[in-house]
Amino acid sequence: MSTTATPAAGAGAALTGVVARHRSALIGGAALVALLLGAVLLGGGSWPARLAVDLSGPLGDASDWIIDNRDSHPLFLYFFGHISNAVVLSVRAVYLVLLAAGWAGVTAAAGLVAWRLAGLRPALTAVAAFAVCGLLGMWVPTMQTLALMVVAVAASVLLGAVLGLAAGLFDRVHRALRPVLDTMQVLPAFAYLLPVVLVFGIGVPAAVLATVVYAAPPMARLTALGLRGADAGVMEAAASLGATGRQRLLTARLPLARKELLLGVNQSIMMALSMAVIASVIGAGGLGDRVYQALASVDVGAALAAGVPVVLLAVVLDRVTGAAGERIGAAPARGTGLGWAVAAAGTVAVALVGRFTGRLSWPDDWTVDIAGSVNRAVDWMTAHLYSGIPVIGGTADWAARFTHGVLDPVRDGLQWLPWWAVLLLVGVVAQLIGTWRTALTAVLAMTAIGVLGVWEPALDTLSQVLAAVAVTLLAGVATGVAAARSPRLERLLRPVLDVFQTMPQFVYLIPVVALFGVGRAPATAAAVVYALPAVVRITTQGMRAVDPVAMESSRSLGATGWQQLRQVQLPLARPALLLAVNQGVVLVLAVVIIGGLVGGGALGYEVVFGLAQGDLAAGLVAGAAIVCLGLMLDRVTQPAGKESRNA
Amino acid sequence: MRRRTIAAATAFGLLALTGCGAADMTRQSSPYADAHGTRTVTLSVQSWVGAQANTAVAGYLLKHELGYRVDTVQIDEVPAWDALSQGRVDAILEDWGHPEQEQRYVADKKTIAPGGELGVTGHIGWFVPKYFADANPDVTDWKNLDKYAGRLRTAESGGKGQLLDGSPSYVTHDKALVRNLDLDYQVVFSGSEAAQITQIKQFAKEKKPFLTYWYKPQWLFEQVPMTEVELPAYKEGCDADPEKVACAYPHTPLRKFLNARFADGGGSAAEFLKKFRWTTQAQNEVALLIADRKLSPEEAAERWVRKNESVWRAWLPD
Repeated sequence: MSTTATPAAGAGAALTGVVARHRSALIGGAALVALLLGAVLLGGGSWPARLAVDLSGPLGDASDWIIDNRDSHPLFLYFFGHISNAVVLSVRAVYLVLLAAGWAGVTAAAGLVAWRLAGLRPALTAVAAFAVCGLLGMWVPTMQTLALMVVAVAASVLLGAVLGLAAGLFDRVHRALRPVLDTMQVLPAFAYLLPVVLVFGIGVPAAVLATVVYAAPPMARLTALGLRGADAGVMEAAASLGATGRQRLLTARLPLARKELLLGVNQSIMMALSMAVIASVIGAGGLGDRVYQALASVDVGAALAAGVPVVLLAVVLDRVTGAAGERIGAAPARGTGLGWAVAAAGTVAVALVGRFTGRLSWPDDWTVDIAGSVNRAVDWMTAHLYSGIPVIGGTADWAARFTHGVLDPVRDGLQWLPWWAVLLLVGVVAQLIGTWRTALTAVLAMTAIGVLGVWEPALDTLSQVLAAVAVTLLAGVATGVAAARSPRLERLLRPVLDVFQTMPQFVYLIPVVALFGVGRAPATAAAVVYALPAVVRITTQGMRAVDPVAMESSRSLGATGWQQLRQVQLPLARPALLLAVNQGVVLVLAVVIIGGLVGGGALGYEVVFGLAQGDLAAGLVAGAAIVCLGLMLDRVTQPAGKESRNA
Repeated sequence: MRRRTIAAATAFGLLALTGCGAADMTRQSSPYADAHGTRTVTLSVQSWVGAQANTAVAGYLLKHELGYRVDTVQIDEVPAWDALSQGRVDAILEDWGHPEQEQRYVADKKTIAPGGELGVTGHIGWFVPKYFADANPDVTDWKNLDKYAGRLRTAESGGKGQLLDGSPSYVTHDKALVRNLDLDYQVVFSGSEAAQITQIKQFAKEKKPFLTYWYKPQWLFEQVPMTEVELPAYKEGCDADPEKVACAYPHTPLRKFLNARFADGGGSAAEFLKKFRWTTQAQNEVALLIADRKLSPEEAAERWVRKNESVWRAWLPD
């Protein structure tokens, strides 16, 4: 037994070595004692049934009760019903305005707003992006998604700002909210879908609310961060000038926090957009639904045609809010009012022209069909790469080898370990990387999984996450190091990374099936593709940030490039690398779960099953387990110093 | 004091905004419906292509012959019943039999009304590719399946033969069947029909043997001919207890269901959808155009409609 745990402890010790040598020795010793005690007292085996609670009965009853009483119970008639109606009304209002403005009006408005907020280049990008959405024949779905997004983002920003304001002004609220918000940010989007479906049923209201829950936390975090970070000197000065509490907030604290507020809006928008596509599983409609429908007929081209507008929306919104955030620091330009007036007048004029020339909806003959050529490319890939390539074998052979050689042993190993040894392992690793606090949370989260009665599938999911993370880190760190050393490579990579980070995960589920078959291998492959950009980015930034003096002095001492990398850059970039691991784990988990749609099995499949069969009990238990798994993985990989860096 | 006033004002404002009254949870129409004074019909389209063919043709005729705007939403089978009951969608055109939901929504709550038969009969079963059945004729009897388990092993089936299952939303007793018939097989869920089709096509391209859960009518048969494996014969009620099923799947006449309010007040659209009734062959023709020729559902429907005017004329309201 001890042979399985000690190497992990040993590897961890090497990592933490310099910082706290005796600490890790202590942890190792304690772990060894616990191992011996466990082996003697508890024996082996999977999570014992007597320690598990079966929730499917009560949850199933709750779900039935909701469906039976939804049309008559006051809770629904006077509360949830109004929320649902308010969502439908607002989405509808925005949608009608967008349709009334017509494609010309919307495109002009996007261009002019981008011009006022961010400058000429983003404005041109915005116009081009909307034109492409129309060209791809996706105008109406794009407007539907946009309407949903506008409402969801507005609600998230409002909710986030209120929460953030409370947390920024009152310490007690801050202490209570912070762990909750931190946790919400690491959870896979898929886990949010079930509870809202339980209450609201499938449809736009559920989709909007799930999106709000997913997108509000970054806004709240950043608002609180901005308010708390206000310069003490400025606040003191304002107070000494006799400003009241509210005056100080409005004239000093909030303006000082502008940058964080805008960054919060930016992050909310990006999260909302990624959710808008996943929420098509619960009836969000719009672009996400087109992707989802195209996948049903294995039509990668059509899925891509609907996926490209999502990516474009994301790029435009990201650039515009990003540029607006940078500008806000500068002195306000003169003639702002005039500029806005010009923008408004321009939009109205274009919209009216569109209206009177009868060109409100995008002309049908102005569309380009990309689906055919994309599908031919995909067909060629699957025909030529799937199997039978001499020497290296086809992708199917790789998938089989990966499943047999990596996924199976890791899964079987985890499931073979006695349950208490898994808990111990989690605790030790978390303790080595983080603090006793993170270790405690991680162990508790893992315990909760056992209690929920989904120990085996959770370990199956965990094995896929571990395998995917390992691949992601190998590839990501190597690419990141290379990009840090060659600015040209970095320039080449940047647009690719942008696209892959914003691409809806659904779009590449089918090409991976075509290449790797059905099963856990394609799920892991999709996860790697999704998590890779973030890891590459963080690694590149971390390597870049290494003190040039240290580099210079090592070079003057005659170190070769390789020595420099191994002995100076990598050790100095350690915090960034740990952050990359943390991010990689979180992102991989999000996609491994969605991998339930392509045969990934385990927890992801149970959520899909729950949604598909309306068996919310099964889905909710799996969803809760995913939440715990996400929490555990985040805490285990959370470096001790992360809190001070983020706050 | 002031804070309290604000709170009271907000509460009052909220109440005023929501009209003080009760919200009607059975009228939850889509926010995208009826834009610009058009009359909109929202159809639920399930994830398989046959269902897409139904909605494509019905949608095309609603749009071009009756002047409606048609929205489609992809929802899985069981949640679609719930959405139909809440008025989020107006009609399901192809239901494979959900007695529990029928009891709850049609008989008890009366929020859903039956819309007649689709004219297509559905059948679920276990299938092997024709090339495999031709080479090994005895594989089509379930009693001989164990003999071939070794040849049907894959990376995911854990040492047993693989029975490939599809989307979790489909009606399936396969796990119980494998257990109750004591077969040396492992049910591997591909998670979605798209994934399952992709996998079947890959197998077929290499002429590898496979055993899969599949259903008729389905366009894939035109590309990958498959032969059904005979399971113990279906008898009325033999699938009553999902845990104890040990018989084949029934032949189900597929049916349409409408939202009750839409069925009464949906005008010519409701009347049209009730009359809509075609054949397995016609559905396959459209489905093949969508899935194999990669035509958009709209184009596929257009082609079929041009050729078959005599058929669909009868569906239009008088």
